Parts: sequence; C-alpha cells; structure tokens
Amino acid sequence: MTEKAADRKPLLSKKIDKFFTGLADAWNFLKRFFKEVFVPPYEFREVIHQCYRIGVESLPLIALTGFIVGIVFTNQSRPSLSNFGATSWLPSLIAIAVVRAMGPLVTALIAAGKVGSSIGAEIGSMKVTEQIDAMEVSATNPFKFLVVTRVLATTFMIPVLVMFTDFVALMGSFLSVNANENVSMLTFFVQVFESISFLDIISSVLKALLFGFTIGIVGCYKGYNSSKGTEGVGRAANAAVVMAMFLIFIEELLVLQIVNAIRMM
Amino acid sequence: MEEKVVEIRGLMKSFGDLDVLTGVDLDLYKRENLVVLGKSGSGKSVLIKIMVGLLKQDSGTMNVLGKEVSTLKTKELNALRLRIGFSFQNSALYDSMTVRENMEFPLVRNIKNLTKKEITAKIEGLLDSVGLPQTINQMPSELSGGQKKRIGVARTLILEPEIMLYDEPTAGLDPITCGEINTLINQVRQEYNTSSIVITHDLTCAKETGDRMAVLLDGQFGSIGTFEEVFPHAEDKRIKSFYDYNFINS
Repeated sequence: MTEKAADRKPLLSKKIDKFFTGLADAWNFLKRFFKEVFVPPYEFREVIHQCYRIGVESLPLIALTGFIVGIVFTNQSRPSLSNFGATSWLPSLIAIAVVRAMGPLVTALIAAGKVGSSIGAEIGSMKVTEQIDAMEVSATNPFKFLVVTRVLATTFMIPVLVMFTDFVALMGSFLSVNANENVSMLTFFVQVFESISFLDIISSVLKALLFGFTIGIVGCYKGYNSSKGTEGVGRAANAAVVMAMFLIFIEELLVLQIVNAIRMM
Repeated sequence: MEEKVVEIRGLMKSFGDLDVLTGVDLDLYKRENLVVLGKSGSGKSVLIKIMVGLLKQDSGTMNVLGKEVSTLKTKELNALRLRIGFSFQNSALYDSMTVRENMEFPLVRNIKNLTKKEITAKIEGLLDSVGLPQTINQMPSELSGGQKKRIGVARTLILEPEIMLYDEPTAGLDPITCGEINTLINQVRQEYNTSSIVITHDLTCAKETGDRMAVLLDGQFGSIGTFEEVFPHAEDKRIKSFYDYNFINS
C-alpha cells in the first residue's frame, strides 16, 4: 500500500515544509507559463481585451498619481536646492528621479494594488465557483485563456503606463517649476532630456516589463491557487498585492545594482 | 443488450488520508438516466469529475464512450470532453460575460466556420428550449438560481453532447423550480438523445428523472437498481434513513 501524504512526517517542521511546497508550486506555475506562452493556439483577442482593461482602465488613477508625485517631489526638493542656490537643477533632478526610479516604482505599486488585486480576486472567484473547471470541460485551456493572457497584458501595459506616468509627473513638475522659477516649457524639457541617458530609459522600460510580469504572474498564481470559498478569494487578492509589492521592491534593488554596475563600466 | 457508454471498474480515489472512492463499479447505458445518490462528501461529484478528466483516479478504469480517460492525451481528452456536457452545481456561468457570450464561448472556440447568424440562431433556439429567451443579454448576476441552472444546462447542450452530467441540479432551489429542472432533465434526454448521470441527494429529483438509482455508501455503490428496487423496502439502514428522511420530511 502506498504511503499517504498525511501519514508522512514532515521533514523539518510543518511550516518549513509548507514554505518549500509553496515555492515548488510557484516554480511549476512559472514553468507552465513559459511552456504555454509559446504553444498555439494564441489567445490574441483576449490579450488585447486584457491590455485594454489593464491599460486604459488604470490610466486615470495612474495619471492623477503621477501628476501629484511630480508636483510634490518638486516642491519637497526645492528648499534643499535653494539652500545652495541650485534651484535651476530642479528639472534635471526631477527627470533623473522620475525616469530612473519613481515612475516605474510608483506605477508598479499602484498597478499592483489595482490590477494585481483585481486579477487575484477575479481568478480566485472563478476557481471557487468552478468557472475554471467549466472552461476546462468545454475543451478550453483555462491556464492559457486566463493566466497567459493576463500576464502578457500586464507585461506589455506596465511599460506603457510607466512612460505615461513619467510624462505626467514631469508635466506636474513643470507646472510647479514654471509657477515658482518662471521657467519655460522648452527650457524645462531641454534640461530634462539633457540629464537622462539612453541607459536610464532602457533600464526604466526593462524594469517596467519585469514589474508588469511580476504583477501579472503573482496575481494569477494567487488566484489560481485560491481555495476555501469567498474567504479564500479575499486572501488571494490580498496576497497578490502584498507579494507583488514585496517582489517589486526586491527587483528594484537588484536592477539598481545591475544598472549601477553597467554605468561604472 | 443496450450499448454501454460509460464503464467504470474498481475505481479508487483518495485525498490525503481520506479514501473517497474505494472500488466503484458502474455502467451507464445509452439513453439511460442514471441517478447517483449519496450523502454530502461521499464522492459523487468526484466520480463525474474523474469522468471528464478534471481529477485523476488512483487506480481502476474509467471508460467513457470507448476511451479510457486516464490514458488520454490533452488533445484526445478535449475531443472526448466535447461529447460530454457537464452541468455544475453552482451553474459556473462566467461572471464577466452575458448569457449570449456564455453560450457562445464553447461554440466559437470549438466549432469553426460558423456564421454570426448561425451562432445566434443556435443560442436563441436553446434559450427557447430552456424557456429563457428573454435573458440573452443579461449578466449571470441578474439571474435567479433556477435561471442560472437552466442557462448552465443550455450552455452545455450547445455542443450537442452524447452524455450529460448533472452535479446537484436541484441543490438550493425551491420545490417548484426543482420540478422545472427535473422536467428539463427529462426533456434534454428526449430531445437530444443523451445518456445522463444525475448526482443528487434529493430523492424527488431521483425518482422523477432516474431510470436507475445507484447509492454511494462508504466509497462504493451499496445498491443499484430502479427506485422501487432500491428504496421503499431497503434493508440497509443507511439507505432506509435516506429514504425516510426525504419522504417523511416532504
């Protein structure tokens, strides 16, 4: 007779066993994504639909947040620069801060809250109400239809949203600089583009792709593995946000180290 | 002898240390309505989920329409799934889609070259036959429990399956709606020539829809036969209490 899972004694402790089992599950989920993403049929229509949902519907929130970040960061930086008589550096400072770090980070955190939680809750609710099973018995691959499409959509749309946030934040900053230092738009943006390099833009886009992928895959993973009814759906949505935000900060740190190393070469 | 469409032998399934099915043997014949009864958690739904490949058995065989389900590759399994309709306990209608989109979903993904006109005609025809033509543009959240069940059945019928699996079709419904669902199950067999397995613990539903009853007790079928053979004079206390509870309380 085969040994049953529950009869097996945990190797270390139940919690550590659970942690490593979870890690293995997540790894298998990731592997399955990369396996399914390249195999036809491709769900183009659903990817476009999800891009619309994730991109267009997040736009107002992202725009407002980016605009406020631009104004607030400019106003917070002004007194420090003014102590050294260096307020003319404001456009450069803001440009570097927004393009290199704040744009991708703020966009990703907002998207993790809005998009990640919605993906986690939606797929979680489909799981507990057997909609995923219904899809499977109608000969549709639910992983491809629900997971692959959403992960691709977040991966494609977060970079677009980041560029939009960068632009709106710089516009907010310009309004503040224009009102206080009487700098024209042309002068402001000339300074902005002089201070950012190609590496800054490339690293920002790559970071955004990574953040987008993280938000999508974590939301889908948590939703797809939710259980215990409506309580499980809530937990999935919550865990999708918390885990995505945590990973985004770690990725930010890692990418920063890599980009700095490239910069020094 | 009638043709067998499902043949189950020695089927076993456990979840952790919980043995759910411990050697199930069952046959389903062509155009037969077979009712599987049993208390909650007895493994009734597990049985039909194994039938469509949503779960895999630990041992035993599950032969559906001449194919051993556990050995099928994804493509073959999907082809088999198109010949089986599965009506879920909670209807499992896609929340984010209208009734029309719900019904379109399996159709457009599995049958190519259909014109919009043909798709609409098929959807409207099925909605008519389940008595809900007016719901075509409604969202599932706007439907009652009974309506959801009917749309769920209509959605599975759109691919014209040979076997219908009903998971607790009357659970959570009022007696009148239960009666309507029972009529619908019989009507489906009549119109679509389907063989069906009805999973339930509602004896009224069983009596009205089933040709044969199979009672799942401790992971095996304790008794199989017509309603009259299985219930009124049952010797097994568990079957007797099942009968007494349903009919004394109704």
